[in-house]
Amino acid sequence: MSSDKSTNASPTAGKTLNLEQQRVRAAYMFLAPMLIMLLIVAAWPLFRSISFSFTDATANTIFNGQSEWIGFDNYVEKKVRSNGTVRWKGVLVDKDWWNAVWNTVRFSIVSVALETILGLLVALVLNAEFKGRGLVRAAVLIPWAIPTIVSARMWGWMLNDQFGIINEIMLTLHLIDKPIAWTASSDTAMIAVLIVDVWKTTPFMALLILAGLQMIPRDMYESARIDGIHPLRVFWRVTLPLLRPAILVAVIFRALDALRIFDLIYLLTPQSDSTITMSVLSYRELQQFGDYGEGSAMSTLLFLIITGFVLLYIKLGRVDLSGEKS
Amino acid sequence: MANIQLKAVRKSYGAVEVIKGVDLEIKKGEFMVFVGPSGCGKSTMLRLISGLEQITSGDLLFDDELVNNVVPAKRGIAMVFQSYALYPHMTVFDNMAFGMKLDKTSKQEMKDRVQKAAELLQIDHLLDRLPKQLSGGQRQRVAIGRAIVRDPRVFLFDEPLSNLDAALRVQTRLEIAKLHHDMTDVTMIYVTHDQVEAMTLADRICVLRDGLIEQVGTPSELYENPASLFVAGFIGSPQMNFLKGAIAEKHNCTTLGIRAEHIEIADAADAEWTGKVVHAEDLGSDNYLFVDIGAGDPLIVRRPGKLETPLGTELNLRPIAGHIHRFDANEKPIR
Amino acid sequence: MPTTPFWRYMFYAGVVAIVIIAVFPFYYAVMTSFETGTAIFKPNILPEMFSWQNYAQVTGQRAFASSILNSVFIASTTVFCALLLAVTASYALARVRFRGRSLLLMTILGVSMFPQIAVLSGLYELVNFLGIYNRPWALVMSYTIFTLPFTVWVLTTFMRELPTEIEEAAIVDGATPWVIITKVFLPLLWPALVTTGLLAFIGAWNEFLFALTFTISEDMRTVPVAIALLSGASVQEIPWGPIMAASVIVTVPLIILVLIFQRKIVAGLTAGGVKG
Repeated sequence: MSSDKSTNASPTAGKTLNLEQQRVRAAYMFLAPMLIMLLIVAAWPLFRSISFSFTDATANTIFNGQSEWIGFDNYVEKKVRSNGTVRWKGVLVDKDWWNAVWNTVRFSIVSVALETILGLLVALVLNAEFKGRGLVRAAVLIPWAIPTIVSARMWGWMLNDQFGIINEIMLTLHLIDKPIAWTASSDTAMIAVLIVDVWKTTPFMALLILAGLQMIPRDMYESARIDGIHPLRVFWRVTLPLLRPAILVAVIFRALDALRIFDLIYLLTPQSDSTITMSVLSYRELQQFGDYGEGSAMSTLLFLIITGFVLLYIKLGRVDLSGEKS
Repeated sequence: MANIQLKAVRKSYGAVEVIKGVDLEIKKGEFMVFVGPSGCGKSTMLRLISGLEQITSGDLLFDDELVNNVVPAKRGIAMVFQSYALYPHMTVFDNMAFGMKLDKTSKQEMKDRVQKAAELLQIDHLLDRLPKQLSGGQRQRVAIGRAIVRDPRVFLFDEPLSNLDAALRVQTRLEIAKLHHDMTDVTMIYVTHDQVEAMTLADRICVLRDGLIEQVGTPSELYENPASLFVAGFIGSPQMNFLKGAIAEKHNCTTLGIRAEHIEIADAADAEWTGKVVHAEDLGSDNYLFVDIGAGDPLIVRRPGKLETPLGTELNLRPIAGHIHRFDANEKPIR
Repeated sequence: MPTTPFWRYMFYAGVVAIVIIAVFPFYYAVMTSFETGTAIFKPNILPEMFSWQNYAQVTGQRAFASSILNSVFIASTTVFCALLLAVTASYALARVRFRGRSLLLMTILGVSMFPQIAVLSGLYELVNFLGIYNRPWALVMSYTIFTLPFTVWVLTTFMRELPTEIEEAAIVDGATPWVIITKVFLPLLWPALVTTGLLAFIGAWNEFLFALTFTISEDMRTVPVAIALLSGASVQEIPWGPIMAASVIVTVPLIILVLIFQRKIVAGLTAGGVKG
């Protein structure tokens, strides 16, 4: 009886808080400024953007509140012309949008796959012990440190159709017989984008995987070597399974980044339909055409796609992103 | 200088109950040791008393005053941690004075109290050093010093010796015992998994198993009259011999327990057990003979002096009268 | 490392290839930045001339100098504010058990991951409402969207690794959570703060979309926008020399920082990424 009184009465008594209650209260106070900030700069704008996608807002009406609620018309709208023919309008029936979706997905899958494989290779090299490893690691960090805009410009210059060094090298090696307009031609624009992205982001991937590699105890390799197991077998049977969590997390981070890619494509291949992604198309709609309704509808769709992807990935891969359980 | 009472104390983390209803009274100035295998709840008990963990149900009283919801700093406790938990960026002096600084104690009093504790522990020449400049043993002393300057009613030790090497461990054990003698008013609670530490330091020992108290008593009570098979096996080194089956049935019990030192070599005529020596350990002052009497594990027999029995010797053994422990099917003693 | 000679050669060949691929584009940019006139249009691997002219041209523009100042101000203010809010928040997330903690952590990670474009129109409205369009504060505010969750996330992982017993010793000594953060943890967290701050700084320094959207006048631009919009007399004539010079100017400090803090950066990236 006395125990019931002491434990259950304390929260309501409220005079003195016990340690746990004090800490939880402090925690809420510590979190409050961050949460308020995120509500203002992230949640509210997100809510407004989604709201815009249900209105006919344009650059002229966005600030004066004269835009009108039009429901899902930005997404899909059935229009019956006076002569009776039915036409569908809206983002979901827009072939430019689907082209951008396809470009984004294509880019994300290929770039993340390439970066994972190359990143794994680089990580394996960096994990080996050899002279000058520190220097190599430093060199590998350079692409990562260079701003995307700068790397877009640098590679834009190197991939230039007339004066670019890449064409020059390939011509000298007789890999091609005439210069290629890498960024301008629709056949190669995506390749150009992929080259730059892989160059810039593989280091990030390699470092994440390397960290995972370094958590595998060395004795494991040594005992495998003593048992005379072939290194390749060790790699498939020991290293790769142990790396799985590290790779899964790295892949999801990269994939999320790839799905929202904007600056590289905006700058490297500005006019190309074969590389335009969801972010770029949505931006063009918003800023260049001033169609805030349709542009917001596109960005909302991208948001939904990314959210769906994350949920799916967490469910399938059972990734512990929060790190709580480790 | 506090009398501590635990009444029906329980602790659970979610659905898992770690302390399953503990009643215990620790007397003023007593040195109480919590001992048990890992996962038995001994550290949780200490943390409940310290206030670092919240009691799920039940009452905890210090000097008859309910302290369930009192924060650790207000309970008048001091704690020595397993890893010493010194603040790495503060000097020894600041480490010891941190609590007083937060209390806004006057500079002079702070200095006096730190100095006094430092002298007591012979670390007064280290006050300006950082923890990383100290040896393990010195760090341990600083941790104890930090606890002393708090002038606590209750002194809590959480496996304080487990990070020290064997020689230092014995030495520090002696110092803690001395500390207990000097601070007669202060109640001390000490957690360890090492039964030797428990036996040598404790006024009373509390043996825990799976979140419940198995037995509370003085070291000799636990040694002589273990309240269960578990306590019998846990206290004493080498572990008590347990015999089952026909041998036990002869004594009307399920398990017969007999300590290594309570078996003597007998004549063939009045031998209870016979067997060959299969292994022997010579400790110099004593030796242990492992005798296979055909009842599972070999029987360990402790003999004084140097080892003089070659392996393979056939021995006749018998228990010293009055020293056998009989346990029933519920692992409880039959008296 | 491989043991047979053939594979050892292959291994070193691989190492050399990695280094060349990683470093060559930047080397080429540096080389180009020192070339002018017709030399610039001759693809060559070794430098043929050396001139500071491109640098003089870029630094001579008042707008470019103010872009650099803008970028420095915006990135450092953003990072400072983010760290200020993140230290206490990450303590709560790493050290206190409360209901909904995992969900909150996932939400924070989610915010740092979501596409900037998704908030662009709403943020545009907010920026205008606050009257900070075309001002550095617009960017400081919008960069908080990704720097704040990122710093909270990384600091939470660092904070989790600090020993529990030190915190408990402080609690027994009578320290409140605020004292624990300021007097006990902060002194131990300096390296982590430097790392996290640096990573967030790089993120803010490199940001492009918001900077492009929320600035209009030349002297309000940040460095990435300035470089992106650096143009010649006509659209066809991209001024490659000055662009490369500008690129080198804004990249060299970053590379130096990254090389100095190499190990810490790797630790920070890992704290933000691998945890499984």
